[in-house]
Amino acid sequence: MQTLNEQDINADGHVNGSMRKHRSPFQLSLRRFLKNKLAIVGMIVFFIIVASAVFAPLLTEHDPKAHNLLKVEQKPSSEHILGTDSSGRDNFARLLYGARVSLTIGISTMVFTVFLGLVFGTLSGYYGGKVDSIIMRITDLFLALPFLVLALTIIALLKKVTVGLFVVIIAVTSWPTLSRIIRGTFLSLREQEFVLGARVIGASDFRIIFRHFLPNAIGPIIVNATLLMAAMIIVESGLSFIGMGIPQPTPTWGNMISEAQGLRILRYHPEAWIPPGLAILLTVLSINFIGDGLRDAFDPKSDRR
Amino acid sequence: MTMSTKQQDAQVGTRLTDEDILVEVRNIKKYFPIKGGVLQKTVGQLKAVDDVSFSIKKGETLGIVGESGSGKSTLGRVLIRLLEPTDGQLIFDNKDITTLRQRLIRPIREDMQMVFQDPFASLNSKMSVEQLIEEPLLVQGNLAKKDRKQKVLAVLQKVGLRKDDLQKYPHEFSGGQRQRISIARALVLNPKFVICDEPVSALDVSIQAQVLNLMKDLQEDLGLTYLFIAHDLSVVKHISDRVAVMYLGRFAEIAPKRSLYDNPLHPYTQALLSSIPVIDLSGEQARGKEKIKLSGDLPSPASPPSGCTFRTRCPKAHDRCTIDRPELIEIDEGHFVACHLYDRS
Repeated sequence: MQTLNEQDINADGHVNGSMRKHRSPFQLSLRRFLKNKLAIVGMIVFFIIVASAVFAPLLTEHDPKAHNLLKVEQKPSSEHILGTDSSGRDNFARLLYGARVSLTIGISTMVFTVFLGLVFGTLSGYYGGKVDSIIMRITDLFLALPFLVLALTIIALLKKVTVGLFVVIIAVTSWPTLSRIIRGTFLSLREQEFVLGARVIGASDFRIIFRHFLPNAIGPIIVNATLLMAAMIIVESGLSFIGMGIPQPTPTWGNMISEAQGLRILRYHPEAWIPPGLAILLTVLSINFIGDGLRDAFDPKSDRR
Repeated sequence: MTMSTKQQDAQVGTRLTDEDILVEVRNIKKYFPIKGGVLQKTVGQLKAVDDVSFSIKKGETLGIVGESGSGKSTLGRVLIRLLEPTDGQLIFDNKDITTLRQRLIRPIREDMQMVFQDPFASLNSKMSVEQLIEEPLLVQGNLAKKDRKQKVLAVLQKVGLRKDDLQKYPHEFSGGQRQRISIARALVLNPKFVICDEPVSALDVSIQAQVLNLMKDLQEDLGLTYLFIAHDLSVVKHISDRVAVMYLGRFAEIAPKRSLYDNPLHPYTQALLSSIPVIDLSGEQARGKEKIKLSGDLPSPASPPSGCTFRTRCPKAHDRCTIDRPELIEIDEGHFVACHLYDRS
């Protein structure tokens, strides 16, 4: 054993000396991220939430939409771990299936918003001039109207809100913030010498955007995307709580909490609204921790510790 | 303006046959609009480069010196068409590239490259050395992967880097090494003409010499033509064949290196040369030369002084300097100066 160890060290020493593995900036960021304890805890919590949403059918045999008016507002029992709601639906099943809806909305809204933000932010920041002015005036228009009022108005105008429609509405009303961030990053990159250098070798706009701008703007984009996702989950819960989000009987965390609008449930059935509340809190917190971790990983200078 | 006077002006600086000349710049101007007011109307013009003409022979190095804000970097960027010239004509390799559209400029970039000033900002930190040097080949050529790798390796060794540097990233290198990567990137396309925009001013003095010597060797090996921009007269002296002194967007003096350093004519050049610190322990040289100190700052190129732009700081300014703008006149073989002191007409 002793000799083996020594050999290892020698081999290591040799590797370190001449052929050390070279880490790309992305790999370095990843390493910094993995060293961030809070972000890792966030990752684990988020992973558990995602897993329980995915494997919901294995964790409960109840159907979240099946109501049973003979078993309304029951206290927790071995059959209904968290009791039932005012329509006799199993709260635990709704919590798990609600995670599916809430996370789907969070993720797909984020993806859609990032897509819109990227397209418009890129056009604006890269080409500048008239294109920039027009896009920025449109974002001004959106930003001048309060987000919630705008979203509520659109929802009120539509008769029936589905998950897909909800995602579109939220994304369309919230891309301007992100596109501004991306525009700003691009504007500052545009004057950097390495971008001029790319122009000098005759690189196409496409190449400059995808090989030079995006890799250097990926940090702020990812960070904002994660934080946006957390915000979107809150927005969904909020809108569902006031009855303007996803309609019943689709289970969402916001829908579950809206049950607590009744004083009786608020007072005598905390098991019905505390778990979805905690679920929202944990999800949003874990995503925010991940986002913070990513920020520190991509931009070591922002480390405040 | 008639064509003939333009061409006459263009003769300033050289008297050469067309085949020898690689780059010719005729009366180039670059004005930046100054916007102001609520409606962003153009309220003035910043004359970064104001009527400059010169030409560069094949294999020659033209050095351009001037203080910050004199327009030397702008001139370089206009030449490579990173900026659009306001007026004038650019002729490269017997082709007029002044008004070529960006799409048509691209193939010409193969022959015309640039090395930037800041080695920490001019390399994309997200790309490995191999990707960085290979990029020009990807953009310009249609070489097979194997040939590209070969070329990358060849140019890498030419600039004095090693094969195992290929997988490294810019953050693993020092400033001098990064500048070598920049040079490799510029040279991988086998250009004819390289614009060096203060390539060594961000480096330590000891590294400066290394990089300068490398550039000189490469010039000999590859028959390169350089436009070498710097604010340091001693750096320019080391590498240039001819030197132009720029002040507020115009050439004050342009001359072969020997002639300029031994016999500076323009008061500005004289002041610049006398400000180079000389290490002279015996003190003999210092006693012989008196230092010319310039007072004041560079005037704003947005509102340059009337007549000779240097008159506000010139120790020898006289009445005529406020009225007439001096044009470049040839005093000696190839030695041009824009100063009324030498105008005998």
